[in-house]
Parts: sequence; structure tokens; C-alpha cells
Amino acid sequence: MSELINLSLTDQILGLANKSFSSREITEAYLNEIKKKESLNCFISVFEEESEEKVLIADENIAKNKARPLEGIPIAHKDIFCIKDKKTTCGSKMLSNFISPYSSEVFSKLDTAGAITIGKTNMDEFAMGSSNETSFYGNVLNPINEKFSPGGSSGGSAAAVRANLCSFATATDTGGSIRQPASFCGVTGIKPTYGRVSRWGMIAFASSLDQAGVIAKNAKDAAIALKYMSGFDQKDSTSLNEEVKDLQKEVDSDQEHIIGIPKELIENIKNDQVRDSFKNAISTLEKDGAKIEEINLPHIQYSLPAYYVIAPAECSANLARYDGIRFGHRSKSVSSLEDLYVNSRTEGFGKEVKNRIFIGTFCLSAGYYDAFYNKALKIRNLIKSDFDEAFKKVSSIAMPTCSDSSFELGSISDPVEMYEQDIYTIPANLAGLPALSIPSGTADEMPIGLQLIGNYLEEGRILNLANKFQKLTDFHEFK
Amino acid sequence: MSLNNWQPVIGLEVHVQLATKTKLFSSSPIAFGAEPNTQASEIDLGLPGVLPVLNKEAISHALKFGCAINAEISEKVIFARKNYFYPDLPKGYQISQLDDPIVGKGSVEIKLGEKSKIIGVTRAHLEEDAGKSIHDLYSNNSAIDLNRAGTCLLEIVSEPDISSAEEAVEYLKKIHSIVTFLGISDGDMSQGSMRCDANVSVKRPNDQELGTRTELKNINSFKFVEKAIIFETDRQIKELEKGKKIIQETRLYDSKKNLTRSMRSKEEANDYRYFPEPDLIPIKISKDQINDVRKNLPELPEIMKERFMNSYELSDDNAELVTINKETASFFEEVLSYKVSPKNAVNWITGDLFALLNKNDTNISESKVNPKHIAEIIQNIEDQKISGPSAKKLLEIIWSEGGEIQELIQKEGLEQISNDDEIEKILDEVISENPKQFEQLKSGKDRLQGFFVGQVMKKTSGSASPQVVNKLLKDKLSK
Repeated sequence: MSELINLSLTDQILGLANKSFSSREITEAYLNEIKKKESLNCFISVFEEESEEKVLIADENIAKNKARPLEGIPIAHKDIFCIKDKKTTCGSKMLSNFISPYSSEVFSKLDTAGAITIGKTNMDEFAMGSSNETSFYGNVLNPINEKFSPGGSSGGSAAAVRANLCSFATATDTGGSIRQPASFCGVTGIKPTYGRVSRWGMIAFASSLDQAGVIAKNAKDAAIALKYMSGFDQKDSTSLNEEVKDLQKEVDSDQEHIIGIPKELIENIKNDQVRDSFKNAISTLEKDGAKIEEINLPHIQYSLPAYYVIAPAECSANLARYDGIRFGHRSKSVSSLEDLYVNSRTEGFGKEVKNRIFIGTFCLSAGYYDAFYNKALKIRNLIKSDFDEAFKKVSSIAMPTCSDSSFELGSISDPVEMYEQDIYTIPANLAGLPALSIPSGTADEMPIGLQLIGNYLEEGRILNLANKFQKLTDFHEFK
Repeated sequence: MSLNNWQPVIGLEVHVQLATKTKLFSSSPIAFGAEPNTQASEIDLGLPGVLPVLNKEAISHALKFGCAINAEISEKVIFARKNYFYPDLPKGYQISQLDDPIVGKGSVEIKLGEKSKIIGVTRAHLEEDAGKSIHDLYSNNSAIDLNRAGTCLLEIVSEPDISSAEEAVEYLKKIHSIVTFLGISDGDMSQGSMRCDANVSVKRPNDQELGTRTELKNINSFKFVEKAIIFETDRQIKELEKGKKIIQETRLYDSKKNLTRSMRSKEEANDYRYFPEPDLIPIKISKDQINDVRKNLPELPEIMKERFMNSYELSDDNAELVTINKETASFFEEVLSYKVSPKNAVNWITGDLFALLNKNDTNISESKVNPKHIAEIIQNIEDQKISGPSAKKLLEIIWSEGGEIQELIQKEGLEQISNDDEIEKILDEVISENPKQFEQLKSGKDRLQGFFVGQVMKKTSGSASPQVVNKLLKDKLSK
């Protein structure tokens, strides 16, 4: 039944509805594949027993023609989403013993839609990292070439989709954590508008930037998955109380596109293969009828420094709750309260997490707040206005997802060099805009991605454009 | 110690626990005295992935206070994170307000004997409370109760306009009466519903600059505020007169020993690293909303006092006594609804009833004697059906056993004999039993009059009307 796992979500839904195969068959096929490819280290937890129970319900619902929209579809969640009574580690030693007493909204929505959660995927610790090497559970291997990084922080989700270990996987993106691994693994990943998907129960890294999304085989699949994750949630004050559009319809509808190209940024791409592949992708879309406009994003060059002030600042507060008192890792060598804090946190957090807590604490300290945090907020506003200005004349903006294809595991040790991975993905997070990555070619035989950024709540438009591109090309196809 | 050459300068920070149904950012109920950690949800525990949702009731309570002190109201309410580690602070930060507090500059008027004084209020902001650490429950461990974590506090900060311990107490009483009349807090200091910190410094009367201040923490009753400030101003004056300098520091008031002691110096003070709370969006307060609150503001103590003086012809002192808090005022008005004399009502409430409440260590809202009881007692006295001592006895009986006034008068035989013939018969008996004394009385030994009245009362178990006895005795003497 190995061909079942190669099917797109669209075809799986169809096949289940036609009773060409059952949820049991498809679920067992994925669980077998997970076992076979255990060495990829994509999963932190696999739920074999629970899947068994869920399959019974799913197949019964299908038999009675009472199937819910994602009935019986095996999916994986990034281990950043809390699931009641399940270990939720966030890739950290700190939470390696944490069993959540409640469920995230993302899990609840997909569970209610009938999807079967077969496991939780590996990730960079607390979503901080771009290579999946900061995970307490060890790095994930890129299924295309195991010497290479799958990207991060949602490396487990991207690799799991690429290795056919689940139909689609949820993920989160604070500065590129969905799009960069999607690019590295040759799959499709979308981060919707900030506030489109509830953050309730999604472990916070940088609250004003974190957004849940999905990694899938293609744009159509991503549209279907995202449709059932989206929506207003009163438990999240930053959630948008806006109607959820039917992305499934929009992805395939007849739409006209005006694509904005930030010319200066494109001319400055150092990697020839990345630049050429980008230009080819744009001309493919142009030939298909899309209009191309040059745009100007003058402040985008300041995205990286602004991000690396705001994100660590928020993280320094968000991670203060891991103090060894109520849950999580507690040091055994404790003789005072100070020890309890210092030793629990020293032992429980990895190096990169500590780096960011230090940076953030520093940026917020008395005397530095205005020079760093306030200035970063100002830059963030300027970047937002740059995008607002651009979207007056274009319907989406295109740029590469990353400046290069994947790198070999262990090859980047300088944190700043690693931070530069996010140079093209961060602007969409700072502005809160929806953005996706689709495979658009290769560099040094590893995939590279085309990034499409949309205006607020226009996930449908960029998915539509992505789907158009995938009808014209086969970069996204894999077995 | 003389204050002659020194002028204390005092500012108070009053934390008022708002009487909201649920916590500031979660839907957990607020119940004092519940089993530890039973009033705390995943939000109050600061579990990974939880998000705050603002309680609108807290906003409306804060607006009421702002309108009551004629303060500027912020058009936009922004919350901020105040970062510090403490075991009973679950998230490692407190959600509070820094810029744009909901209530801006306002003022209250305090009475000092005949004079009055305006004390400026700098600001009042909303914040969540921390939990409680309990250090004396287990021998080697501290316990944490998070029931209180997340309850709504309004922190009211005064200008340094207060010049003595006496003024500080009056100011605190004023704040207490405002919040209780508004119904936004139960104001119960013994349960921690109102807590106070004082910033204290001293200066020479002609000095333009203020002296170095200390912050006194943890003064939780009107009495302790007075004592702590007196101790601290004395301490500072002594230090200065010895030629020493005051160190800017936080000092803890020890109510058992009546002294303040150093807790931490300015250098050891926390850098709270405030930054805007990214999990909450700014709340807009409209002019209409403010007008609405202003229109529906309940009657405040001064206005109520004025009304009592005008409509019930109460003296200034009496009106002050029954408007001491909202419960007493409504008790008083309910007594009056039974058409008794307002003056008698004041006397019985603030005299015998208050004594009874004191004796039983409780307050008027817990009183077992209700307004109807008091009204009926007064009516019976006014109709000369019972005597004063009998009335006091009735109050005691109702407190301990309950019952209806009319029935108790019958049952206890407390009905006053005001029938002249009956009393005359008894008086004649007393005279015939004490002929010598009667002769002495006749010959001008006036103090024996009391003896005869007393004897009659004794024979009637106190149920004779003393006025009638006196009148009859006079008649007999003049014969």
C-alpha cells in the first residue's frame, strides 16, 4: 500500500470518500513508513495505539457517509502544539517531561475536522534555529540527502512531508521556520496572516511574530489544511475576527495576478543558481499571464537586526516561566532558590536558547530599551509601511525563500551566519503578512524555494498563484 | 522626638483588589479561602502555550474609580510585561501597565478636623496579582498557592502631597470609602483586598528639593500605616540629625516589633525590563463609554453625607458616622424605611450595634441583627413599650439566638409597665418597706430618689418605665 502515502491530500480525501481505500490502510501505511525511516529522526512522539482507535471511528464515519472534511487523514503536529495528556517538548530538555493538561486550538480544530494525529514532529529547541540542530532530540536528516539539514525550526514537519510520513504537518513560523525548511526539503509551506490561526496552546517563542501554518505536498493540499486550521478564537486576543475564506475554492479559481519584484533585492542575490531559478520562475508566471511590476522595499535591509532584537526580547519574557517550579526540568542540585532557577535553566535550556534569552534581556535592560527595542519597533513600522505601499499596486510579492539551498549538517557554527538564513523570510513576519514557499528549482542538487508574500488575509491569492506555478512546473513532485 | 524642624513628605501606593467575578486575564473564579490551587486554570499557572484574555469588568471598575476622582481617562489602554523571577509569579512576569495607565491625574479631598486638604492622585493602573508563598507550612519546603495569581488589582499612586501619618490614614480611608461605595472592591484589608506601600522622606520646611525616600512595604491596616510612617519619619530624622544620610531603599514594616527594616537597596532593585505585552492588543476607551460610566456612577460618600444632613437633619458628625461605608449607609436607610427617627437610628446603629459587632469581631454586612430588628426596637422605645436596658438585652438575644422582636418581648417579659396604677401599687409597696429612707428623701436627701426608682425596677425586673416611676415619686413627695 506504499502508493497511498504518495498521494496528495486531495486524492486521499477523494479515495477515502470513494472507498477505494480505508483510513486504516492509509494510516498503517504511514506508521510503517515512519518505522522504516526512523533514522531520519522526524518524530519526537508517534501515537500508534491512539491512531488505531481513531481509525475505527474514521472508517465507521466514512462507511455511514458521515465523514468530516479531513476524516481519517493521518497528519503530524510540530511538537510545539500542546495536546492534552500528551508529551509536548518543544524540542527541549526543559519540557522533556511535560505532559500537557490541555490542547492547542490548532490540534482541536484539525481533530474536530476528523484528521488523525499519528505523531509529533521534531524541531529546533523552542523554535529557535534554522537547521534543526538545536533540538534536544538530535537533528532531523534531510530525506533528499541525509548529510544535509532539513532546515528549521519546523525541520521535522518538512522532512516528514517530504519522506511521506504523513499527509501534511502543522508547523510554526516566527522568522521563516515554515518556509525555510519547506524550501530545503522541496515541499510547500505557508505561514498565514498573523492572527489568522489561533496561537492558543502553541508554545510561545516571540508572541508578536509567531504564527501557525502548514507544510504539505503542494499548494492545493496546503489550502485545504489551512482552511481547517484558520478562524477566530476568543482565547487568543490577537486572533483576527474575520471571515475564513474558502481557500479550497480560491486555490483553484480564476484569478489575475500582479506580482511585485523588489528589484534591488533580486540584483543583490549572490548565488547565481538562486537568482537564475528565481528569474525563470517569474518568467514562467509572466508567460502564463501574470503582470510583473518592480517595487521598492527600502527598509527591508534592516529586517534582520530588527528581528533579532524583537524576537529575543519577547522570548526572554516568554521563557521566564521555565523556572523549575511548577513544571518542566528541575535541577537536582539545589540548595537555594537562586540555585533552583539558575541550575534548572542552565541544565534545561540549550545553547541557542540561552543566547537569545541573553540578547533579549540585554535589549530590554534599563538604558538600552530605547537604543534597541524601541528602535527595532520603529523599523518594524517602516517595513510594514513599505509593504502597504507596495500592495497598492501589486497583488503579491515574489522573492527567493532563502539565499541558498540546504547546507551540510554541522557546517554552520557561527550563530550570525545561521541567523542570515532568515534574511528573506523575516520581513513577512515583521509585517504580519501571509507568505509561502514552493519548490522552484535546485542549487547544487538540493531544492530551492520561491517565496510569495500576500496582502493581509490574502492567503487565497498567493495559494492560487502557487497552484498556477505548480500546474506549469514539476519541481514540487516527488515520490 | 520633635517634628518641629522637619517636614515629612509621603506618597502612597494603594493596591486595591477589584471585586470582579473572574480573574484579570482568565475565567477562573475568585474565592477567598478556597483550597490552595483550586482557583487556578492553565492560564493562572502560566503553562506553556496559554494566552491572556482581558476581563472587561476590570476595565469598567477602573473607569468608575477614575470618574469618581475626576481623573483623566486614557483613550487607549496598553498592558506591559513587568519581568522578575519569584516562585509565586507563574509566568516570570506580571502583566501590568506602564505607559498610558487607564486612570491618569485626579485628586481626592481629605478631612482633617475642621480643615480639608486635596491629595493628588498621579495614576491608577490595572495589573494582575501574584500568588502566595507560604514558608511556615512545611519544615524544609515552601508552599505556593496560586489561587490569588491573576486576580485584578488597581494600583492607585498618590502624589507626594501627604505630610503626616494622620493624613496618610485619612487618605487611605478616603480611597477605601470610594472603592467600597463604588462597589468595585470589598476593601477588606484583613483579607488583603487593600494593601499599601508608602514612600517616605523628610525635608526642612524651606527646602525646595525632597529628601531621599525609602519605600515601606507591606502595611496592611490603617493602624499599621500610621505606625509605620511615624516610625520611619522618626528614624529618618534621627539619622539626619546624627549627620547621616538616608539610603534609598525598600524597607519592610514589622508590625509585631513596630519597626521598619531594610529589605533591599536601590542597587539591588530589580530592573523590570518593561515592554508592551504582545499577547494583548491595545484597548480603546471611547468618550461615550466614559460618559456612560459617569452617568451611572453610584452616590459617593460626600454626596450621600450631604443628602443625609439635608433630608434627615443629621449633624455633620452623625452623617459622617453612618456614611463610613456603603454597608452602614444602606443599613441606616433601610432602618429609616420603617419610619423611625433618624437620630435614634444613628444612635442605635453607631452605638449599641457597633459595640455588638466589635465584640463579635465582625462587620455590618455580617450582622445577625437586621435593619428591621433595629427599627422595631426603636419603635418600641419610642412607644415606651420597652426600656433602654431591655432593648440592649433584646439585641444580645437576637445576636445569639435570633427571633422576632415582638415575640421576644412577650417571651422574655420585657414589656415595659407604663400603666400608672400598676406602678403606683409597686411604688407604694417599696415606700412601706422603706419608711426611713422615704422620710429622709422627703426631708431633702435627693440622692435617695435613685434608690426608690431602682427598687421599683428591681421588683418589676426592669420592665417599669423609669420616667413613670420618677413622675409618680415626685407626685408623692409633693403631697
